[in-house]
Amino acid sequence: MSFFKQAFAVILIGIYTIPQRLSSAGVAIIGIAGVVVVLVGVLSIAEGFEKAMVNAGRADRAIVMRQGADSELSSGLGGPEVDVIKQAAGIQKNGAVSVASAEMFVVVDVNRRSTNTGSNVPLRGVDSTLLAVRPEVKIVEGRMLNFGTNEVVVGRAASEQFSGLRVGESLKSGQTQWPVVGVFDANGAASETEIWCDVRTLQGAFRRGNSYQSVLAKLESPASFDTFKDWLSANPQVNVDVKRESDYYREQSRTLTGLVQGIGWGVAGLMGLGAIIGAWLTMYSAVVARTREIATLRALGFGSFPVMLSILGESMVLALAGGVLGGALAYVGFNGFQTSTMNWQTFSQVAFGFAVTPHLLTQGIVYALIMGLIGGVFPAIRAARLPISKALREL
Amino acid sequence: MKFLPLTFRNLLRRPVRTVLVFLATTVAFLLFGVLMILRVAFTMGVEVAGADRLMMLNKMGFIQPIPVSYIEKIRAVPGVKLVTHASWMGGIYQDPATNVFQFAVDPETYLAMYPEFKLPPDQKAAWLADKQGFIAGRDLADRLGWKVGQKIPIKGTFNRPKGGDGVTWEFNLVGIYDGGPEADKTQFLFRWDYLDENRTLAPGNVGWVLIKVEDASRAGELSKTIDKLFENSSFETKTDTEAAMAQSFANQVGNIGAIVTGISGVVLFMVLLIAASQMSLAVRERTNEIGALKAMGFGDTQVLTLILVESTVLSVAAGAVGLGLAWLIGLGGDPTPGYMPIWMFKTQDMALGFGLAVLVGLIAGALPAINASRLPISVALRRV
Repeated sequence: MSFFKQAFAVILIGIYTIPQRLSSAGVAIIGIAGVVVVLVGVLSIAEGFEKAMVNAGRADRAIVMRQGADSELSSGLGGPEVDVIKQAAGIQKNGAVSVASAEMFVVVDVNRRSTNTGSNVPLRGVDSTLLAVRPEVKIVEGRMLNFGTNEVVVGRAASEQFSGLRVGESLKSGQTQWPVVGVFDANGAASETEIWCDVRTLQGAFRRGNSYQSVLAKLESPASFDTFKDWLSANPQVNVDVKRESDYYREQSRTLTGLVQGIGWGVAGLMGLGAIIGAWLTMYSAVVARTREIATLRALGFGSFPVMLSILGESMVLALAGGVLGGALAYVGFNGFQTSTMNWQTFSQVAFGFAVTPHLLTQGIVYALIMGLIGGVFPAIRAARLPISKALREL
Repeated sequence: MKFLPLTFRNLLRRPVRTVLVFLATTVAFLLFGVLMILRVAFTMGVEVAGADRLMMLNKMGFIQPIPVSYIEKIRAVPGVKLVTHASWMGGIYQDPATNVFQFAVDPETYLAMYPEFKLPPDQKAAWLADKQGFIAGRDLADRLGWKVGQKIPIKGTFNRPKGGDGVTWEFNLVGIYDGGPEADKTQFLFRWDYLDENRTLAPGNVGWVLIKVEDASRAGELSKTIDKLFENSSFETKTDTEAAMAQSFANQVGNIGAIVTGISGVVLFMVLLIAASQMSLAVRERTNEIGALKAMGFGDTQVLTLILVESTVLSVAAGAVGLGLAWLIGLGGDPTPGYMPIWMFKTQDMALGFGLAVLVGLIAGALPAINASRLPISVALRRV
């Protein structure tokens, strides 16, 4: 069909002549690339944080806290309550023992290596069922702690980012020394930012008597959650909230992820306006520079619609180049970058890596194409409306 | 100055182009302003912290308490002007998403510690008279539609009341405090004596201690003296200036400064690129006009200045609009439900923005201006 042949031919002419307008095309490409770098870069923070949090939770585990508590930090459970909870239906049994860990969660002040300023690091008291409850956890250096002592094992991320947490070193908090005997890995989950010790020792060190903050229970299967929950709600001896662990961590990540995504899109939205104007100016200059050429094409019998398409096409090609460049820069610059931030629900640190995912790269490139399209529209209309006789006379 | 009309004529030569460059620059400086607002919001008042205020925490971490008996011991240290304390209660108003954080304080000394919190004297008197009374910041009261005289129930989490249903704490709103843009107006402040007498947890503890010193330059030295007092006790302390504490808190959130600087850099580079490329196009189009000006007797420096003025006028005008919009956004207050209590566009940041606008204009115009000033008349006039 001649229409498409015409359009195709004119788009090719436009693209072949880009090198003649390289500096102006560069403005559009770099502008759009800049927006995509910022968008993908900021969103990769939210993505990485969410991944660390969501990795921490499993559907076949349930966390039990005092009714009304929104995080472990604001929860409290007495020893007798914990004994009742451990008997609940739906918990996996290992012989006669319930696979459920009664835990205490406190936050201690440890210096961060990079800035040498204090950071709130979670110190979790666990009982001897911890590895049965968390089969994904592996000791990768040193050994497991001995219960009944002050020994601690430290998450991989905590060991790397905070001072004095390598195997052989010792953490001093208050009057207590906590020798580090091992480092554990938990598939990059948020728990890798924690320090674990014997819950009994921790109760003593923090003068908490026989009290805990949560019970983490391994369920017979994800489907046993309702059985477990119903059993606890029906029992008048306990007054607790039960959450699937995966839901608990997803809720905890929501505030920060939402905030970062909001900022990312807000900033990228405004920057996008600038980049659209950049693309617009580039295409506007292209139309001005090619006035005579376009008029000649029109005089030869090319329709105004193919001419319009060619300007739009050129703008989209530049945008695509910008999007790909921006995505590549964001990937090389940010993917896997290790950092940590504050989990606002527990005021403690969570380490994570920036995650530039294929999903984010697609978003970046689609956004680039939208910017190219909008930036090209007005110059394209201008080119299509060019009065032939007047344009041919122009120099 | 008499050539200013010429500058405007030149700018209006291709109005579409000028308007687009103007808009791009406006957006860039608006974004710069918003990023600066976010930086101040995220660093949680590092820059608004009082230089003469110290903050003391339990050395083990912020969740461990400090005995209230420490207050008198600190008050006796020479160089200490004022001591007060605060404790986080951790209760929930309606739903955790309402973000109401309640702090138990000692009314007299706390208000003396933060003179930037303005509370009408009659409301202060009402607070001193009512043990269950609390005061709320203007932003918090406005956000939740609270009026003085209202009863506000707070559900306890780890802090439970002895009486009643064992969960709910009842408070009366007796006052609303106000303050300038640098004051955190989102606080819920109630009386520590009410908390301490009625809670199930051990009495006699506070969350953190605030100390005002007589001489800000001796703050560091005084921090060490105070921490020494409690060394080797079962409640060791960690004292530092409010600014250092805020900085350490901000470090825990992340390297906000680096992120903001990075994005601002990308944005300004983008706008510089756009402005410079358009300026050089504009000058190239006018080559023969420049030749004519020179033939009429304009010197090289005058031509150079003319073009630099043109690009700078455009960039500063657009920068002013962008920074003005950012200033309006700064006046609007925290757009989130209470996550960013300090939401302001600081004057220094605005001045920095204007400086950058001038810089962008000069750099964007530099290359075309130099080329134009060096252009020999004969060559320029021959070019059509």
